[in-house]
Amino acid sequence: MSGFDAVIKLVYVAAAACFVIGLHLMNAPPTANKGSRISAAGMVAAVAATVALVAHDSSITGTGWAVLLVGAVLGSGVGLGFAQKVKMTAIPQLVSLFNAMGGGAAALVALAGFVATASAAPVGGRIAVSTAIDVAIGALTFSGSIVACGKLQGTIAGRPIVVPGGRLTNGVLAAAAVVGAVLLAARPHSVAMLALALAASLAFGVAMVLRIGGADMPVVISLLNALTGTAVAVAGFVIDNSVLIIAGALVGASGGILTKLMADAMNRSILAIMSGGFGGGDSTGTDTVGAGGTVRQVSADDAAIQLAYASKVVIVPGYGLAAAQAQHAVRDLAQLLEERGIEVSYAIHPVAGRMPGHMNVLLAEADVPYTQLKPMDEINSEFARTDVALVIGANDVINPAARRSGTAVSGMPILDVDQAKSVIVIKRSMGHGYAGIENELYTDPKTSMFFADAKAGLVALSAAVKTLVGG
Amino acid sequence: MSTGLLTDLTIAVLSLLVGFEVISKVPETLHTPLMSAANSIHGIVFVGAALVASTAHNAAGYALAFVAALFAGMNVVGGYAVTGRMLKMFKRRPTPQAAPAADEATSGTKAR
Repeated sequence: MSGFDAVIKLVYVAAAACFVIGLHLMNAPPTANKGSRISAAGMVAAVAATVALVAHDSSITGTGWAVLLVGAVLGSGVGLGFAQKVKMTAIPQLVSLFNAMGGGAAALVALAGFVATASAAPVGGRIAVSTAIDVAIGALTFSGSIVACGKLQGTIAGRPIVVPGGRLTNGVLAAAAVVGAVLLAARPHSVAMLALALAASLAFGVAMVLRIGGADMPVVISLLNALTGTAVAVAGFVIDNSVLIIAGALVGASGGILTKLMADAMNRSILAIMSGGFGGGDSTGTDTVGAGGTVRQVSADDAAIQLAYASKVVIVPGYGLAAAQAQHAVRDLAQLLEERGIEVSYAIHPVAGRMPGHMNVLLAEADVPYTQLKPMDEINSEFARTDVALVIGANDVINPAARRSGTAVSGMPILDVDQAKSVIVIKRSMGHGYAGIENELYTDPKTSMFFADAKAGLVALSAAVKTLVGG
Repeated sequence: MSTGLLTDLTIAVLSLLVGFEVISKVPETLHTPLMSAANSIHGIVFVGAALVASTAHNAAGYALAFVAALFAGMNVVGGYAVTGRMLKMFKRRPTPQAAPAADEATSGTKAR
């Protein structure tokens, strides 16, 4: 190894260390931003070292430089534009889109390796096998993430798109992708096998995600992220590059953990989620008020009295809150209550929002201090001494039916809202959540329903509290 | 099995374990920025795009390297930018327009 190569390898080691330290610093909000910057510094170093390596190698042509630079500048510009403009409610779509880009790039790197060696000498087993795996996984995550992005954005219907024989078709496509990849590994020069593996993987990605409903998107995004990490690690095997292997494996591990956590938070197996068909799309709120058991309705003034004379209030936000863009309205109400010395915290279910931890970002954007954001395990022990639990746009994650067997949500860990002394639910109608079942919390005698759009309802509550306390 | 492959496998397995260890400590509050950060880290595939651009010598090779660089560039730059934007929003207490009295009330209740 020449001195130059050694320096490059050492920079790669430093970059890998930056990624690990960066991720480690993300375990607490005060250090997270620093972690992100350290990770970015590692990325810059790795890219700079690679460019130096390519220049030093001098096998790159002028055209090669041109396509690399123009591609990088264009891609960076577009990525930066999206990143600066995106609304926080649309973060899941954007992460999916970037994920698709990463998966696509990993597949293309493998493909380019194939093209470069297609006419040359026999390919070793290691490269043949990793190229085949990379093409299959990269193509799958590319098409799957694009569809997930479309579903989250609403350009593709959020409900599961189930066609007769769909499960069989998916099985056939998955099998074709595997067979194509195996044959490609065995005959690395075969364009036909490459085409089979590529086409079947792309089609399988689309077909798999189409069948999955919007409620399961947090799991799907995590899984696709893990798969892209894996694809990048495998690309590292193709071009024998340690930093790709390390970074890819780190991401694969993180995506894997989050996928498991999300699936556990819904008490469903990852396989069951991936086979799709569960639940509906976003509730449109068209159901009429009063379907189902007797509920107690409450006016804004009465609800304000309950809130203003409580000593501890727990706010339970669901995606309905974000969909109504009511994050700032809820923060205003919480501040009013805090000024009266009332203890206010937010109960965040792991699957609240459209990706893991999404609700925390939405509330952080509205200047809710992160110390008030309490995860499920922590807040559940506090409900018993809570005077009022204010539920806004959440449904299945608070349904006590989850504690019994035999219902669509059975076994799903829930927020123990029904243990609070009283419950106020802001909801547009008696419409169902994703699971499509009645929520018995709404007919509980200590629950009052305040039928309103989340934002309008919160503004009305704030106004009523202000009038009440003469503020 | 070559030593090169064995070394790579060793690196891969250890990185996976480090990843599990580091990430299982991240609180739920930060899961979205974490995933976004992880998402930008796999933008390292840009290194791969640069390396294939250096070996490309025909139209197909150039086309693949171009799209790979485009995709990877978007992934890595956009990913870090959006992660940074999100993390800046996480504050210990509301800084803007919050009256000092409100701040005291907040910290008072937190001490309980």
